[in-house]
Amino acid sequence: MFNIKTILAAAALIGAMASAPAFAQEHETITIQKQHWSFGGLFGTYDTNQLQRGFQVFREVCSNCHSARLIAFRTLAEEGGPEFSEAQVKALAAEYEIADPSAEGGKRPGVPADRWPSPFATDQDARDANGGAIPPDFSVLAKARGVTDAFPWWITNYFTAYAEGGPDYIHALLNGYEETPPADFTLPEGKHYNHVFPGHAIGMPPPLTDGQVAYVAAEGQEEVPQTVDQYSKDVAAYMMWMAEPGLVARKETGFKVLLFLVLFAGLMYATKRKIWQGIEH
Amino acid sequence: MGAFPMSEHSTYTPGTGIEKWLDERLPIIRFSKEHLMDFPTPKNLNYWWTFGAILAIMLVVQIVTGVILAMHYTPNIGLAFDSVEHIRRDVNGGRIIQATHAVGASMFFAAVYIHIFRGLYFGSYKAPREILWILGVLIFVLMMATAFMGYVLPWGQMSFWAATVITNIFSAIPILGDPILQLLRGGFAVGNPTLNRFFSLHYLLPFVIAAVVVLHIWALHVPGNNNPIGVDVKSSRDTVPFHPYYTMKDLYGVVLFAIPFAWFVFFIPDILGHPDNFIQANSQVTPAHIVPEWYFLPFYAILRAIDFNILFIDSKLGGVIFFGGSIVILFFLPWLDRSKTRSGTFRPMFKWFYWLFVINFLGLAYLGAAPADGIYLILSKVCTAYYFLHFLVVLPALSIFETPRPLPTSISESVLGSAH
Repeated sequence: MFNIKTILAAAALIGAMASAPAFAQEHETITIQKQHWSFGGLFGTYDTNQLQRGFQVFREVCSNCHSARLIAFRTLAEEGGPEFSEAQVKALAAEYEIADPSAEGGKRPGVPADRWPSPFATDQDARDANGGAIPPDFSVLAKARGVTDAFPWWITNYFTAYAEGGPDYIHALLNGYEETPPADFTLPEGKHYNHVFPGHAIGMPPPLTDGQVAYVAAEGQEEVPQTVDQYSKDVAAYMMWMAEPGLVARKETGFKVLLFLVLFAGLMYATKRKIWQGIEH
Repeated sequence: MGAFPMSEHSTYTPGTGIEKWLDERLPIIRFSKEHLMDFPTPKNLNYWWTFGAILAIMLVVQIVTGVILAMHYTPNIGLAFDSVEHIRRDVNGGRIIQATHAVGASMFFAAVYIHIFRGLYFGSYKAPREILWILGVLIFVLMMATAFMGYVLPWGQMSFWAATVITNIFSAIPILGDPILQLLRGGFAVGNPTLNRFFSLHYLLPFVIAAVVVLHIWALHVPGNNNPIGVDVKSSRDTVPFHPYYTMKDLYGVVLFAIPFAWFVFFIPDILGHPDNFIQANSQVTPAHIVPEWYFLPFYAILRAIDFNILFIDSKLGGVIFFGGSIVILFFLPWLDRSKTRSGTFRPMFKWFYWLFVINFLGLAYLGAAPADGIYLILSKVCTAYYFLHFLVVLPALSIFETPRPLPTSISESVLGSAH
């Protein structure tokens, strides 16, 4: 029923389908080293400890300039995320002041239902403090960045379920700063050289230095290196969680759905065969 | 061609008094039995024929998920982006419903391309199925309009710039171009009125599609199905009733199709989209590469291939003419391919040109995503030229010069011949 040609045609159509987004081709290619992520691949789940460390980096460093306006405090306690306790989240939220016109004086302490407060009151304030550019919001930033694989290699991503281009890019960017730009490169005033950033001149100064964030290892746990490489991995993982907080639950459901569909297809095939038995076709 | 009477096969006798009463007023049970159960269907249909049922299911999936999404979505340029994230984060099951709808659009197009190319190979557009084919092309056009407007709704960077680039196409039309452009956008630039009307139309068009699908199935049920050997049904020995034979086979096809669908939804829901669409629309920042969704790429390549003036027609209008022509030409296919033999299986030369056309079409898809310069642009022109040559020269010429292989006298004979 399926000859070689029809199979080839199907493969070709799938190939065409796969083609879409992946090959927006850069005229200049920047190689980005892919990392191992606990949440990568089919079976990947977030590493709670890593998310907690990443949250610490975000809170102590990134959130001074970057907002995360879609993230509610309560989600920090949700399953599959950093999994702080409800009491911790309550205490954390209370440390922040939330603008609320209905409160006395226009401000009140935060509660778990509040969203993460932005570091600047208005977009204009954000611009003024950052050389004219708004530091991008972190809520879905990990999905707004990616790694471009050349044809035909991106096709394998459809089978390995590679969806960690964003964290790979963020990790590479945070480690991509160079003190002295190449001799033939003119760095504009107030910019910094980063070989991963498109155009190489980035407004953000190198945000991380070794030893900047003090990780405290829980009892019986191994010390985690306090390096830029480790910080950037942790914060990239945390940003991926912010962008895709339901990743673990989604994959868990996926396994059940696929298992059901495969078994159901088997039963359907058996039934179909039984019905068609005795019909020459 | 001796047509086997398709319409006189009612074996329905109302069983109860109520059924009899209903049958004399609205014979809906009789109709269902005739068309959904007893309908004589060629017994040699292969699995490529299951895509009709798959498409019907996909339309239902898109409408159901879409109706739920519309309950939580806000068509306002200040709120749309966040409301889609709200669906993903806060609505019960929202991540899966949104992913099903977004991936569903791609799966819908994958299925419709397979369905169209099946029709092209087996000559399903030939007499007496011209209207059936034309309605199918109309559905395809409506699907493209619906998908395009749906892609604008999340109001990301690609949404905004796709809306800008695609609506701008209409400005190439002489005299009427600007008024049409402003009507589409609801202003001089893409903005809140654009988002509002796209949302409204995105909700409307699927129901128009559903109506045309009804006509499509009606036009199918007059002559009955084509089949892989393209020989008319001669007797009841050539057919089986639709139910249970094809209800079962089609449902099995649907379940198989659901497996890659679920793979995308649950494991790589964003891979078919573009990272830039996770950045909120910004009219001040143009993305480095504006790439349409994969299912538009072949036609996008044709649009961009015309970068030269043709006599008094400037390149922009030329691109639009070729872009529109590449779809309009499909409406005329039944009269361009005049070969009496339907199935490509019995057409030794057509077969080769068919696969060449498929490869050319895939090439156009590749080129639609490539930068529009250098070698890519030259290849785009070659592939665009071949696309039109296939319809305007190759098919009419084959109708004259090709000698088809002898056809089996009937479906039953062919089936017995192939049984080893």
